[in-house]
Amino acid sequence: MLNYIIRRLFYAIPILVGVNLITFALFFVVNTPDDMARMHLGTKHVTEEAIWKWKQEHGYNKPLLYNNVAYGIEKFTDTIFFEKSVSMFAFDFGRADDGRDIAHEIQSRMWPSLAIALPVFLLGLLAYITFALIMVFFRATYIDFWGIVLCVMLMSISSLFYIIAGQFLIGKLWHLVPISGYASGLDATRFLLLPIIVGIISSAGANTRWYRTLFLEEINKEYVRTARAKGLSENIVLFRHVLKNAMIPILTGAVVVIPLLFLGGLITESFFGIPGLGSYTIDAIQSQDFAVVRAMVFLGSLLYITGLVLTDISYTFADPRVRLE
Amino acid sequence: MIRQPETTIFSYLQYSFESLYIAPMLFNLSQLFMKRNWIRVIDANYLSVLAGFYLKMKLNKIICQISLLMPCLILSGCSDVWNNPYPDSDSGKNILYNAFAERPKHLDPVQSYSSNEILFTAQIYQPPLQYHFLKRPLTLIPQTASKMPVVSYQDDNGVQLPPNSAGAHVAYSVYEITIRSGIFYQPHPAFAQDKHQHLLYHALTRQDIQTVQKISDFEHTGTRELIADDFIYQIKRLAHPRLHSPIFGLMADYIIGLREYAETLRDQDKTQPQNSFLDLRKFPLAGVERIDDYTYRIRIKGKYPQFIYWLTMAFFAPVPWEADHFFSQPGMAEKNFTLDWYPVGTGPYMLTENNPNQIMVLERNPNFKGEYYPDEGMPEDMENGLLRDAGKALPFIDKIIFSREKESIPYWNKFLQGYYDASSIGSDSFDQAVQITGQGEAAITEEMEAQGIRLGTEVAPSTYYMGFNMLDPVVGGRTPEEKAAARKLRQAISIAVNYEEFLTIFANGRGIAAQGPIPPGIEGYHEGEAGINPISYEWHNGEVRRKSIKQAQALLAEAGYPGGISRRTGKPLVLYYDVTARSADDRSIMDWMRMQFQKLNIQLVVRSTDYNRFQDKIRKGNAQIFEWGWNADYPDPENFLFLLYGPQRKVDNSGENAANYDNAEYNRLFEQMKNMEHGPERIQIIDRMVAILREDAPWLWGYHPKIFALYHAWYQNVKPNRMAYNTIKYYRINPELRDQKRHEWNTPVVWPIGIGIVLLIIILFPARAAYRRKEQHRILKNR
Repeated sequence: MLNYIIRRLFYAIPILVGVNLITFALFFVVNTPDDMARMHLGTKHVTEEAIWKWKQEHGYNKPLLYNNVAYGIEKFTDTIFFEKSVSMFAFDFGRADDGRDIAHEIQSRMWPSLAIALPVFLLGLLAYITFALIMVFFRATYIDFWGIVLCVMLMSISSLFYIIAGQFLIGKLWHLVPISGYASGLDATRFLLLPIIVGIISSAGANTRWYRTLFLEEINKEYVRTARAKGLSENIVLFRHVLKNAMIPILTGAVVVIPLLFLGGLITESFFGIPGLGSYTIDAIQSQDFAVVRAMVFLGSLLYITGLVLTDISYTFADPRVRLE
Repeated sequence: MIRQPETTIFSYLQYSFESLYIAPMLFNLSQLFMKRNWIRVIDANYLSVLAGFYLKMKLNKIICQISLLMPCLILSGCSDVWNNPYPDSDSGKNILYNAFAERPKHLDPVQSYSSNEILFTAQIYQPPLQYHFLKRPLTLIPQTASKMPVVSYQDDNGVQLPPNSAGAHVAYSVYEITIRSGIFYQPHPAFAQDKHQHLLYHALTRQDIQTVQKISDFEHTGTRELIADDFIYQIKRLAHPRLHSPIFGLMADYIIGLREYAETLRDQDKTQPQNSFLDLRKFPLAGVERIDDYTYRIRIKGKYPQFIYWLTMAFFAPVPWEADHFFSQPGMAEKNFTLDWYPVGTGPYMLTENNPNQIMVLERNPNFKGEYYPDEGMPEDMENGLLRDAGKALPFIDKIIFSREKESIPYWNKFLQGYYDASSIGSDSFDQAVQITGQGEAAITEEMEAQGIRLGTEVAPSTYYMGFNMLDPVVGGRTPEEKAAARKLRQAISIAVNYEEFLTIFANGRGIAAQGPIPPGIEGYHEGEAGINPISYEWHNGEVRRKSIKQAQALLAEAGYPGGISRRTGKPLVLYYDVTARSADDRSIMDWMRMQFQKLNIQLVVRSTDYNRFQDKIRKGNAQIFEWGWNADYPDPENFLFLLYGPQRKVDNSGENAANYDNAEYNRLFEQMKNMEHGPERIQIIDRMVAILREDAPWLWGYHPKIFALYHAWYQNVKPNRMAYNTIKYYRINPELRDQKRHEWNTPVVWPIGIGIVLLIIILFPARAAYRRKEQHRILKNR
């Protein structure tokens, strides 16, 4: 298994280089270094000299990908792409264009993101699987039918609606929790309650239907019939046998997102005033801060690859027949 | 009155449990459903279980009440208001609650320029001058200066000229500024001294600051008196090679030797280790002179009366060299300890918490003294209670908490709950907050009035316009004949595009249609008939009226496009309107704009692009018609009229003249006007310039936005001023009234929790019954 993991980590390198290259290309197609300088220097009294100075200080005064005037390997290394990318692989994210340390920001902002994403993930998983199993148990009854109708309804509504409706009902009309904001420590609980509830409900429709489909596929298999023939009760059949055998697809969907939980939610964090990495990314895109966008995309790809490796490893625990070689 | 927590919670719990009495009704309903075969699972067993549950609940009511109370208590943190986003310990304190949407990029006074940055720096840094809080039109008064600067003029040989010398004769202007003694900096570790009076934290190593997480982690702080050298040091910082002052280019044109000084510093910086302290005190700047501890002089080229307005901005506020040195020590920048992040000033407030992702806190500077609330203002100020605090020491508020609120909906709702003391009005909430009276006046709605909310309105010193690119052959013209025809075309469009209608439809009337480039409140703006633009408007029965579309059509025909068809080519006239990328919501604005041009049978093609590409088009002169705006730096007409000054053309000179308008007569008058002191002669020239602009119509004059703001009853001494940002020191809060209102408005509504639990139980019971039925059925089947 160790060989497999090492091999997968090596595979990650070209993927990360590719992602970095695509991010770089997409960003600089839309924003030239001059645009970035103007964005940071403001709209008034900006001189060409100031733009040149800004570009020079931030390392954007070089060619993007290929340096015509350089010699040898420097044709590729003396470029914005090379200089901005190499340090990332050493996890040196550098400084944002406003001069602040990106690693420091990521460290402080990942915890608020995690404070929402982790409970939403765990409680949501529990709730969705439970509802899905209940619907499977009552399959072909009105509970199943209306359950699917409810799921489709929940799926059809935009996540923004849940946020606004949640803030309106729970925060504004009933005054049960603060509408938005954040605090450190235990005091954060009352700020997190609403986004967590909204997060769970907004994904309930799609996830419950997905798990229901997985369980329905399992329910007609022979081992289920055997279990029933042995006289096991339906809940034992569902929770011990069906759930266990449906773990592979569940893990495929669930484990891969675990590392990504650090990155937070873009809209949720903006609306609830959570100072997480989601809002950090949005801010960076809005202010054309390439250093932050690049760091966040790199981190996102790295965490996604980690998630995939973890998923593969989790298969070996869920199904003893799986061997990673 | 403040409600007792127990009373509130139990009364609501009682109410929520009364909802259980709906159980018998549910019984009857389910029986009905069963009879009609509408439901299959709910059977007699379920009904009996439900009845049993109902009775059990009645018997165990108190136990259940307590169990329900637990999560509620956790939610509330034992408080009777659950949705308070601030700690309970802050209740009743003299704190102002404000919000910011965009995190400030720079808090270094040499770099901060955006309004969201000045909001903070203006409370911390004190430039020599400031605007009078109450007087209108805006009047300059001393801040750290003891009196207004003494301005003298010199010729090329340095010979003193009379005070009223014409700009053409003046080679240099000298501003002598004397500051007050006894002004001290906020407590800061940069000033901390040991017993030998050596600076304590000025020889730190990376190891020394390893455990320091925030500035307050430094054990000792100190202060020192403000001296003239600190102002000089800051002026030198404008040219610092590692800082990007947005006004360096502008100031280098005026302050003697500043451009050369930047080169000297750049050369010196190359010889030093990276990011080490560049001691500006060692390098003299020709244009700035220290007279004594409290007096300094700034020498600028020529006559530039507007320079005095720059002395109200943080660019000219004092910065102590100790702060610069302190933050340049090794390891500081890695921890974000920079002057850009932790300002050090003499102002009424100091930044004690800087987490721009979440919260920024300003607290009263204990060393601040010597400023008092003004004792004179406008006649209406007495009536509005704005002189009640006359002569009292400033500031009144102890602490200001700025919370980050990126979205307008939560901000608005929290304002209504009393958690923000003031709010602007978005278009979504406009109808809820403002109603237009029969006389067309904006007034607060009854709902808002009942909450004690006040409305404040003010026309901003800004202008939003539609510009014509004068380099374009169609709307600008190349030959004199083409130019004359293009002028008629622009005039026709000026009449056709009805900005009064635009403001009514798209801005809820928040703005006034512009008659020229100068907004109200600025010298050169005239009210009534004298102020109308005779090209687009006429004075009729004491009111301004837009000219008829027939007059516009006649002008269009004179321009060579009768009925919108080119006389030369016989083809319909098509014009191109460049705008930044628009959301779906803005499509209606574009449709409306097309309709305005359609009145003249002109086809308007909207070219939407992202902001970067839009700016690129403007810089290169590739746009034909575009929209743009300008917020004034200072309340002088020069700051608007220079936007159409020929040498400021965007295409040739990268200036601010986006329309690339160039009129020799206008340019000559501008050069004459900009060096003149305020007075009737200057106004005459300004009037002449505005008349030229109206005739040439390089812009559709658009509108001047009107700012609407709401203030809670406990927020006092508020007088809107879009030019000055250091006004928080004048504001006053009544925290007792705020606390009382917050309790009244935010009593938790608990019954939905009870209903939710009951619903859950009602759902679970049929499920349980069905499960049993299914299990029994399966067992029987297996048998």
